[in-house]
Amino acid sequence: MASLESNFLGIKSPNPFWLASAPPTDKKYNVLRAFEAGWGGVVWKTLGSQVKNVSSRYSAVDYGGQRVMGFNNIELISDRPLEINLKEIAECVRLFPDRAMIVSLMADNDRRSWHELIKKVEDTGAHGLELNFGCPHGMTERGMGAAVGQDPEIACMVVEWVMEAATIPVITKLTPNVHSVVPTGRSVVKAGTNGLSLINTIQSVTGVDLDTFVPNPYVAGKSVFGGYCGPAVKPIALKMLTTIAQDELTSKVPISGIGGISTWRDAVEFMLLGASNVQVCTAAMKHGFRIVEDMIEGLNNWMDEKGFQKLEDFIGKSVPTITHWEELDINYHHIAKINQDKCIHCGLCYIACEDTSHQSIKLAYGKPYNTYTVIEEECVGCNLCKLVCPVDNCITMEEHRVAPEYVNWIEWQKRGLPLNDH
Amino acid sequence: MAIQNNRLTAEQYEQNFSDIHPPFETQNAALVEANRCLFCYDAPCTKSCPTSIDVPKFIKQITSGNIKGSAHTIFSSNIMGAGCSRVCPVEKLCEGSCVFNLMDEPPIPIAKLQRYSTEKAMENNWQLFERKPSTGKKVAIVGAGPAGLSCAHVLSKEGVDVTIYEKESKGGGLMTYGIAAYKVTPQFCEEEVNYITAIGGIEIKYNQELGKDISLAQLKKEYDAVFLGIGVGIARQLEIPGEKLEGVVDAIQFIYDLRAKGYPTVPVGDKVAVIGMGMTAIDAATQAKRLGAKEVTIVYRRTKDEMPCTQHELDIAMLDGCEIIWLAAPKKVKSEKGKVKSLVCSKMQMGEPDASGRRSPVDTGETFTLEVDMVIKAAGQTPYEKLIKKFNIQHSAFKIKTDNCATNIKGVFAGGDAVNGGKEVVDAVQAGKDGARAILKYLKLC
Ligand SMILES: Cc1cc2nc3c(=O)[nH]c(=O)nc-3n(C[C@H](O)[C@H](O)[C@H](O)COP(=O)(O)OP(=O)(O)OC[C@H]3O[C@@H](n4cnc5c(N)ncnc54)[C@H](O)[C@@H]3O)c2cc1C
Ligand SMILES: Cc1cc2nc3c(=O)[nH]c(=O)nc-3n(C[C@H](O)[C@H](O)[C@H](O)COP(=O)(O)O)c2cc1C
Ligand code: SF4
Ligand code: SF4
Repeated sequence: MASLESNFLGIKSPNPFWLASAPPTDKKYNVLRAFEAGWGGVVWKTLGSQVKNVSSRYSAVDYGGQRVMGFNNIELISDRPLEINLKEIAECVRLFPDRAMIVSLMADNDRRSWHELIKKVEDTGAHGLELNFGCPHGMTERGMGAAVGQDPEIACMVVEWVMEAATIPVITKLTPNVHSVVPTGRSVVKAGTNGLSLINTIQSVTGVDLDTFVPNPYVAGKSVFGGYCGPAVKPIALKMLTTIAQDELTSKVPISGIGGISTWRDAVEFMLLGASNVQVCTAAMKHGFRIVEDMIEGLNNWMDEKGFQKLEDFIGKSVPTITHWEELDINYHHIAKINQDKCIHCGLCYIACEDTSHQSIKLAYGKPYNTYTVIEEECVGCNLCKLVCPVDNCITMEEHRVAPEYVNWIEWQKRGLPLNDH
Repeated sequence: MAIQNNRLTAEQYEQNFSDIHPPFETQNAALVEANRCLFCYDAPCTKSCPTSIDVPKFIKQITSGNIKGSAHTIFSSNIMGAGCSRVCPVEKLCEGSCVFNLMDEPPIPIAKLQRYSTEKAMENNWQLFERKPSTGKKVAIVGAGPAGLSCAHVLSKEGVDVTIYEKESKGGGLMTYGIAAYKVTPQFCEEEVNYITAIGGIEIKYNQELGKDISLAQLKKEYDAVFLGIGVGIARQLEIPGEKLEGVVDAIQFIYDLRAKGYPTVPVGDKVAVIGMGMTAIDAATQAKRLGAKEVTIVYRRTKDEMPCTQHELDIAMLDGCEIIWLAAPKKVKSEKGKVKSLVCSKMQMGEPDASGRRSPVDTGETFTLEVDMVIKAAGQTPYEKLIKKFNIQHSAFKIKTDNCATNIKGVFAGGDAVNGGKEVVDAVQAGKDGARAILKYLKLC
């Protein structure tokens, strides 16, 4: 059996699954339940100066009959008294010494506030700190959260203050509300942060109520931009993670991956693209803590199948496979093939290709079932038909190289090879 | 043994005749199924619907919350879409060809979804069609069944003034008087007729029988065209001894009484034999059982391979506890004191295929006797012979012959059961549409 044991900056946890700083981690009651369910660690809900929340706070995007494909919130940092939070953190550390306890922080924007807060938190016995430079709403207006994360210089300054006081590992959480996460990432690494985590939520409007004309979530006839998360943000998070994992400087520190992780598969994808561990929020908010059971078991089985003994055996394995467009092999070509035994004659491949791609699928009329076949000479290998086909492995892409030799775009131009073949 | 009415309590009747295909209870339930639909292109379900309802489109419209649009999509192809959602044998039509069958998955419950949208439309009385200004043209339709109503709706929409002559006191045809009560209620049928005619420009004259109260010559004179949607009303005679005995009833009449007079008033025997294996036979058998008959036996002279009803219909009868005897042809009804005592049947076997490859049952010479006190005849219907002869309408075995909906008499068109000899409601609706198109062309309105 593979070992799921995780070591993040010396912070040990029995598995790489942490709960992200958010409502699931905002009090002892939840955190104990999470640990009992099997979560490897938690990042406690962000602590800082006192705030007041509004009602309502959340909204979601449903898709194809499924609830909460995307989730958004307009909540602030912890709205519980600091002293109670600290007391409860200490109790959780004592009751579950084998689990990771990270505390998320967002102090007021001055050195003293940060130093005081760090001191108090370290006294609880917590194992690490996470700096919330990402919260996109409510706190930014006060010059905190994303307002810090969006400005590499301010971020650098705050991290420097933090590093003066901290004696336990410091993880800086990045905001995705920037055109690239790399500048802030580099800046805080230079300032001495021990690790990075990403992403926090993305500014969003999930929808507009067609009767009240007010967007969601609704607060007395008004709304504000909320932070978007859940399955919908995963591809964006993966891209941002990759840029951090590929950068010369930021790749030097461990990364905690966050954003839309719901299953062990999602977690593996984050880890393949460079995350040493992962954090989860929305999936737990949708289903409860029990989802970790399959995350543990699924990861274990997958690692056994692949022959990986420990997490380090595959962390970052896919990072080098994401390259620049001009380095792709132009002589690679594949063509769609329809397995007629599996085909259910829904016509979805046909209409997608016919209306919006390369008219490469032939329709032979039948009543009630038409027959669909690929016109090989026309197929550019775009994948569209395979993506829309409702039957697994019914359409496969068969390799038909144009030529054996690897030729990329730069070389192609150099040799003056023909363009616009379709 | 006796034939008697009022066998059950009010609750028992209610339960036995409650909706056999209950609707979705909630919007959520409908959405779960609607979201399963793949939105097929050139969809097999649509191709398998005689009225070509754009099934994927109306289902998609349920998922987008556009129920009005969904109902409009259905009614544009089939103005009886609400009724059809309850009575169509969908397992051999749309649902039977849903691509999910090919994955051994349950098909999309198309009928149930269709019922969802159309029921909403009728409940809220959404009027989804507007009538064009009157063209001054007048058309007479004979028969307010599915064919007649569907024809009337298309014509009225195009600005034709329609008058329907109906011999009964209610509209809907066999929908109202023939189809099993656990599929549609008389009240629903009435609402459906009202909903269809609410477009305006359609007048129904009830209790007006062609051949009795009015003549074809009169209609031809007063109207620009005539459409005959008279169906096939009369049950086929068995031509066997004892057929006229008390206790031998015609299935259509039996069902008609049940629908028209109320369940407790309809008498049924202890042991009932039903002759035939079509939809009518199944409906008569199951409803006899549901009225309180102790034993119901369906007698059919061919085998399961040739049965005209669908497996689904047969299952309903079997689940209701009806017995089936294959390869048995009625030979004689025996009596005691003028009342039915037993049914003698010949044992049959399937003969060699004839030139056309069709095999017919042949008598083995052996017989057996069923002790019964009631016999229901459902061996098919025969068209209105007299009427068709009287007006010199060309026919083949009294099915009206048409060429693109036109009969041999100029300006007289026909469609539905009267032409096809008896199919389903949905076929009659399509025939009504086709008839209307042909009439519009004849009147140079399109
Ligand atoms: C017992 C039974 C069960 C059935 N079950 C189903 C089912 O479950 N699903 C399904 O889809 N189909 C079923 N059918 C078939 C379906 O009812 C018919 O196919 C359909 O009703 C045919 O429509 P139509 O308009 O052609 O004829 P009809 O419905 O027969 O309508 C003809 C109308 O014309 C009127 N008429 C006749 N002669 C005259 C005249 N001389 N003057 C004036 N009016 C006249 C009649 O009173 C009637 O209203 C069933 C049929 C029967 C008999
Ligand atoms: C209701 C809610 C409150 C959150 N509060 C915080 C917070 O206080 N501090 C923080 O760093 N991130 C906060 N987040 C962001 C999450 O920690 C996480 O980064 C984000 O939700 C992406 O992960 P997910 O897709 O698994 O939800 C919050 C998210 C939600 C949904
Ligand atoms: S999408 Fe797939 S199942 Fe549908 S017709 Fe194309 S190949 Fe067949
Ligand atoms: S065949 Fe089935 S899945 Fe396809 S469009 Fe029709 S109902 Fe939907």
